[in-house]
Amino acid sequence: MYPEEFLYTQDHEWIRVDGNIASVGITDHAQKELGDIVFVELPQVGAHLTAKESFGTVESVKAVADIYSPVTGEVIAVNPKVQNAPELVNSDPHGEGWLIQLELKDRSETDHLMTAEEYEAYLKGGAAH
Amino acid sequence: MVEFGGWEMPVEYSGIIEEHLAVRTRAGLFDVSHMGEIEVRGPLALALLQYLTSNDVSRLKIYQAQYSALMYPQGSAVDDCVVHRLGDDHFFICVNAANTDNDFEYIIRQNPYDASEVQVRNVSAEYSQLALQGPASAAILSKVTDAKLTELKYYWCCSARCCGVNVLLARTGYTGEDGFEFYFPPSESEKVWRTLLDAGQAEGLIPAGLGARNTLRLEAAYPLYGHELDAETTLLEANLGWICNFEKGSFIGRDALMGQKQQGLRKKLVGFEMVERGIARDGYSVWTESQRRGRVTSGSYAPYVKKNIGLAYIPPEDAELGRNLEVEIRGKRVLARQVALPFYKRPRSPKINH
Repeated sequence: MYPEEFLYTQDHEWIRVDGNIASVGITDHAQKELGDIVFVELPQVGAHLTAKESFGTVESVKAVADIYSPVTGEVIAVNPKVQNAPELVNSDPHGEGWLIQLELKDRSETDHLMTAEEYEAYLKGGAAH
Repeated sequence: MVEFGGWEMPVEYSGIIEEHLAVRTRAGLFDVSHMGEIEVRGPLALALLQYLTSNDVSRLKIYQAQYSALMYPQGSAVDDCVVHRLGDDHFFICVNAANTDNDFEYIIRQNPYDASEVQVRNVSAEYSQLALQGPASAAILSKVTDAKLTELKYYWCCSARCCGVNVLLARTGYTGEDGFEFYFPPSESEKVWRTLLDAGQAEGLIPAGLGARNTLRLEAAYPLYGHELDAETTLLEANLGWICNFEKGSFIGRDALMGQKQQGLRKKLVGFEMVERGIARDGYSVWTESQRRGRVTSGSYAPYVKKNIGLAYIPPEDAELGRNLEVEIRGKRVLARQVALPFYKRPRSPKINH
């Protein structure tokens, strides 16, 4: 079951918004598709991200996947654990495997994102990725 | 499942890392039925293979095998292969899946002899192939075969009964571990597969897919056709001088290789490991002496040695153990260092973990 308090993108990122702070990661579906994750490349604190643009990569043994920011904002935190323990993204993609935190510019950017229920339906519909 | 060389193949079962580590410490079972098999028989079979391949086929005793290459005139490989001698005039060659038809047609085209002297058959459809690899392989296999495994040495084969089926059993493999490859009729595939998995339960045998097959062979620095080998790369450039026998007599590509020994190589295959953070992948550019002058042929995270490693072609003058190079990873030059090959060599004493 996908956490209800998150919103989801078609590229399989999740975002959790608390006020004007957002946490972002990749979904359980994404980590399953990728397989064993061995490398995560994330931006520096202070980096400016634009909605729908790639802000880093998650790499498995067999693949390199870009991660796209669901919203525009400034990076205020980067998960210190995933650099040395990228397997956290496999084992706990919605919790310990979070990737970045941003300060949001415009909350309305989240309006078009999917709810947990919509994301689950999206996955069942055999969405292309 | 992915498409590979015209076949639907599993990339992984339980996970690439888990499968890779299982093969290094216990055992893994691979379905490699996509590989091709070509049979060459007749009084001039030996002569034909001596002419077409780089290695010395005449050194093979009956039931002995050798790693070799089918040759182009320019000293490059049509394919790399394992030649098994099943009789004085009977040879069985295992070739890459993607090249099977091309290899077969090439042999036919280059064959100067007539049908009474040599018969060449593409028998790929008549064989399934499984590979059982890892330090526990012999212990597992001994439960389900009549073959005397203690007498079956590395790169030798035999006809045996395994899992209730007649197989060609070879002590060969592509992982760098002790192991076996079995050739048998496709109708028996499921039986052999299931019987081996059951027999190997106590030893922790698990199925392994293409992903682990690639990371295992990369740690062992075994070439993959299409990456380290292709029509434009000579065997000397690919560090395969050891499978070229220049004393055996004339063979396709011999002159080109001898010429290259005189004139020098155009490029050299080296092994490297990443020094700064980043994973080198197939096809990435390599920088030496501050210029883009090489290319990664195979690169990956390596699960047993736990490093990011790769193989690359660079100018021969830049090849030196310990010397730095840079891999261009998505626009950024990332530091790496040349290291000795192979990245992994199996230890002499057995290591069996359950």
